[in-house]
Amino acid sequence: METGGLGKIYRDGEVIVRQGEAGDCMFVIQAGEVEVFREDGKQREVRLAVLREKDFFGEMALFDREVRSATVRALAEARVLTVDRKSFLRRVHEDPSLAFRVVEQMSHRIRELDAELTRLKTGN
Amino acid sequence: MPNSTPAGENNGGELKLDDGSRVAVIGGAPAGSFFSYFLLQTAQRIGLDLQVDIYEPRDFSLAAPQGCNMCGGIVSESLVQSLMVEGIEMPPNVVQRGIDSYVLHMAEGSVRIDTPLHEKRIAAVHRGNGPRGAKEHEWRSFDGYLLELAAGKGARVARERVDGVAWRDGKPQIKTRGGLSQPYDLLAVGTGVNSGALKIFEELGLGYQAPQTAKTYIRELYLGREMIEKHLGSSMHVFLLNMPRLEFAALIPKGDYVTLVLLGEIDAALVETFLAAPAVSRCLPADWRAVKEFCHCSPKINIQSAVQPFADRIVFIGDSGATRLYKDGIGAAYRTSKAAALTAVFDGVSSEAFRRRYWPVCRNISTDNALGKLIFLVTRHIQRWPHDRRAVLRMVSKEQQGNGQRRMSMVLWDIFTGSAPYKDILLRTLRPAFLARVMWFVATDFWIKMNGGSHGNGRVGQDIP
Repeated sequence: METGGLGKIYRDGEVIVRQGEAGDCMFVIQAGEVEVFREDGKQREVRLAVLREKDFFGEMALFDREVRSATVRALAEARVLTVDRKSFLRRVHEDPSLAFRVVEQMSHRIRELDAELTRLKTGN
Repeated sequence: MPNSTPAGENNGGELKLDDGSRVAVIGGAPAGSFFSYFLLQTAQRIGLDLQVDIYEPRDFSLAAPQGCNMCGGIVSESLVQSLMVEGIEMPPNVVQRGIDSYVLHMAEGSVRIDTPLHEKRIAAVHRGNGPRGAKEHEWRSFDGYLLELAAGKGARVARERVDGVAWRDGKPQIKTRGGLSQPYDLLAVGTGVNSGALKIFEELGLGYQAPQTAKTYIRELYLGREMIEKHLGSSMHVFLLNMPRLEFAALIPKGDYVTLVLLGEIDAALVETFLAAPAVSRCLPADWRAVKEFCHCSPKINIQSAVQPFADRIVFIGDSGATRLYKDGIGAAYRTSKAAALTAVFDGVSSEAFRRRYWPVCRNISTDNALGKLIFLVTRHIQRWPHDRRAVLRMVSKEQQGNGQRRMSMVLWDIFTGSAPYKDILLRTLRPAFLARVMWFVATDFWIKMNGGSHGNGRVGQDIP
């Protein structure tokens, strides 16, 4: 019996955040995997990414007040911990370097998007 | 020849860290490990090559007291979140139990306060490798884990006790049984307040005065995992009992043990009285009896920050400098250590640099503690007055059962978890809506009593556990 796991357990297929909903926190994956997908206008799901332990998602909600841009659900069982916007911003106010890793991951995602955009435009 | 004091011995050069600079850290508990970790991480990000030596004689892989740092062992909600953002994992073999709720116990009853999203966001850990007599070591020491993280960043761990500090050309040197070290460009002191080492620094003429302290009492109760699950669950149990000389008490469930933490003027008789109180015995198995040999200690805690916790080429971090009053000491170690590390890398290691960049973090903690003292004064008042106790219990109980605003629940949650600054908590309690609601519940309690009414079985709140 494991007693030391932090966060909340989501079962296989359980939705953690839903596209279009308001959000005020980001999530850090403690164990397991989650898939990120968007629904297009015809209710089709387009998978954007599979995220693993130590990855985070929902970070845009920390910086803007837009609705969630994608749906995230657990693949098999996943344990996920939330980081509140208020706590995060309070800490960043005292220590701006705390945002470094979030910015680093966002930068990494922009690179991936650039590569994907190039692939789509060139058809390669 | 080394000089015994640093006064007037600066070499006149700019006090900053360069490639090849040497940094000594005294103490490998969270403050020292966090400082080393963030110093090296930040230096590596900007391509600065530093040598960091951590002086820590204790072996955290040993059971207490040889490997223990004498602490309740709670990693607060806010620190857990910060560590996650930093990319510092809290593995299940270090976290003995994820805490998802608090249960507040008073003589009149008990009430549970859940985390906002019903998730385990507080970590109960053992600072060393378990209590004296622990047979199985399924979990690792939290302090040992952090020290390994610092070593993983490149810090060298010297298993030596520091006997003194000398100065040579304005640079500190470490005296150990092995002799005198080469001069360092910076010395970070994270010894905590339970070693005699801080006296060394008070006598150096730096203007440093060690923090004022109070004593606490910590005891490990063996229950076994199944019994803990059954009787305490994943809740931290907090007691506000009207007992003379007892300020605050908590039972923190871990893996196989429960850590009892008492604040106040604690002696053996008070511990036994506390354990025999109905509100406490309700949390423990009916047949539970204390074993004759148990692990306990009476460590000091910092209740008033140090004076002048920095000078040229020296900075005091964690408990040796400033920490939060009664709560979230590990969180304060993280904040002060990281602030000191960032100052050293980006602003230099002069007294002036620490005054500009590091001191504001310590001062914020100290100022907030002053407001914390006010909050704990009110808590003590509630502890002593039955009308107030019943009003608080009923208010929280109603909030937990309904879907409305959880004002009192969140105030108590933040007081007990140390998740929010005391200023934030105080401001929330001064809102007219909150005060009006508290007065309503107190007045209701008076009215019931004056009209000869009762509270059913005399207990208020929920039947817990």
